[in-house]
Amino acid sequence: MKINFKSVLLILLLILAAYPRAHVFCQSLSSSELIGNAKEHDGKSVTFTGEAIGDIMLRGEFAWVNINDGDNALGIWMSAALAKEINFTGSYKARGDKVEVTGIFHRACSEHGGDLDIHAQSLRKLGDGRIVNQRLNLDKKNLSISLFGALILIWILSLFRHR
Amino acid sequence: MILKPRLEDLKIIGFYLGKIILGLAFTMAVPILAGLCFRELNPALDFLISIEISVFLGLLLLKICHTEKDLNWMQGMIVVSLSWVVAMFLGAIPLYLSGHWKTFLDACFDAMSGFATTGLVLVQDLDHMSYTHNLWRHLIMFLGGQGIVVIALSFFVRGFSGAFKMYVGEARDEKILPNVVHTSRFIWLVSFVYLVLGTIALGITGIFNGIKPLNSFFHGACIFMAAFDTGGFSPQSQSILYYHSMAYEVITVIIMVLGALNFKLHYHLWMGNRKEIFRNIETSTLFITIIVAFSIVAVGLAQMGSYPSAVALFRKGFYQLVSGHTGTGFQTIYPQQFLADWNHLALAGVILAMALGGAVCSTTGAIKMLRIGVIFKAFKEDLKRIIMPERALVIEKFHHIKEVFLEDKLVRSALIITLAYIILYGLGALVGMFYGHPFLNALFESTSAAANVGLSCGITNAAMPAALKVTYIIQMWTGRLEFMSVFTILGFLIAALKGK
Repeated sequence: MKINFKSVLLILLLILAAYPRAHVFCQSLSSSELIGNAKEHDGKSVTFTGEAIGDIMLRGEFAWVNINDGDNALGIWMSAALAKEINFTGSYKARGDKVEVTGIFHRACSEHGGDLDIHAQSLRKLGDGRIVNQRLNLDKKNLSISLFGALILIWILSLFRHR
Repeated sequence: MILKPRLEDLKIIGFYLGKIILGLAFTMAVPILAGLCFRELNPALDFLISIEISVFLGLLLLKICHTEKDLNWMQGMIVVSLSWVVAMFLGAIPLYLSGHWKTFLDACFDAMSGFATTGLVLVQDLDHMSYTHNLWRHLIMFLGGQGIVVIALSFFVRGFSGAFKMYVGEARDEKILPNVVHTSRFIWLVSFVYLVLGTIALGITGIFNGIKPLNSFFHGACIFMAAFDTGGFSPQSQSILYYHSMAYEVITVIIMVLGALNFKLHYHLWMGNRKEIFRNIETSTLFITIIVAFSIVAVGLAQMGSYPSAVALFRKGFYQLVSGHTGTGFQTIYPQQFLADWNHLALAGVILAMALGGAVCSTTGAIKMLRIGVIFKAFKEDLKRIIMPERALVIEKFHHIKEVFLEDKLVRSALIITLAYIILYGLGALVGMFYGHPFLNALFESTSAAANVGLSCGITNAAMPAALKVTYIIQMWTGRLEFMSVFTILGFLIAALKGK
């Protein structure tokens, strides 16, 4: 059977076109890679994935959102409209939304006093954040009660000793 | 002949150590209250457990070692140095229970870093830490900055002559007021007044920067404590870079400089003697060394072309420099950027600034400005002796609150402490190099630890060898106490082993 190379090429191109662009052309970079090789990535479009943490700091029509990929948190400068897509930010009582940001990476941003940052062009939410319900740790509770008992015992013993 | 310590010595040391432990336990009530307010029950339990262990230990020491006797110099020094070690272990308990530290050694590292107002951290996942634990991290800086013994002197120990011996042992050889207890209370008054003002300034700035009000004031209080006590912890993993705010940077620079000034100078400024700030040898030396060190950093950064504009160069270079010089350790760049974007000259400028430190009787570590000023004056005096006729009488004076004649005793003392710090920086660098780090990186991190600064070029992390962690803990402890009380405890141990 003769292989029609033109048909195969066409099918391959169609598959590639149907696949999300980000997966093909913009592989997400880690914070360590970006900070460690900042000069290589300076001024280029990069994709960075992580959890939105802390506060969404609105500054007029823009906002600062810090995104942590587990190693470091990077400052992302984005439009306030993009920032509105983030519902949860990470803290003790919440897991933040997991987002993928594509934008221009700056080793030392001239607009922001030399900060290492990313100016976001697009944002995609990969996972929703949630409120973390903290259950009372029973081991800690029992330990604190036991220690309290020991302290009371010492106090009573010291009273007897005084008498 | 070396005399073996008597049982009586141990009893006296144990008794006063017990008092200080009780004082420390009392301070743990603050995060418990915060935990209840923020409805963080598990973190509050961590502190309840820690307070119970501390009270248990404190009471045990008071009962076993009960004495009416006062401290002598040796005992006072040993109580101080042991207090800091015990505070590290007890302060690390709630940290370790939080689950944010991989090992208890890591929690001890951060506790010592906090108490010694260093700022190097091994904490994991800081961005998800509770308010309660974050408050404790910053509170231990506030307590350590004023001095653990100062807390005990202010609130728990009443008028006894041994108080001054402990006060001196904590590297505070200047009394602001005639009575050492009143001096301790004045130090607290200054700190609390600035705490309120600083928290308000940072809180309002935070709100304008888009931070929610509660968070903003919480961050404001934490950042103030870390800045004024030249500590350098921060509630978020990015340090000051988290805020992306020039106003925040300006305010923290002012607070860091205030923290680096002598409490005695604060007293004179509060009493209306504003000229003192211009005449004092420490402030003038600080001003000169900041200019010299920043010039070195600026030339280095300009050579490297690290920043796109002069404004960016100034903002990044000056901030890291002041942070290093005052011994704070706040960063607006990532640790790896020190090695990637800063050349050796710029790093040398920061190392020099870190090694020098702030004023004596302040919350900073390192050699300190008074000693640098005295050494400089001594050089000047010797130069004059060479230049001037042999019969000329050369007298050098300097102004530190009052006019002081430069005596050989002063110069000798300044040179000995300076030499001790240089050896401490060098020893830490040797250990760093033993573990494969280049000389300059190892010296940077070692100086940061020993001078209680907290700037990092990336060596300090949870994966570093345990021996290096222990080395930095010892450096932070020794550097904070300025050697004497640490040397005394070593002497005490030798006497216990070899004495008769």
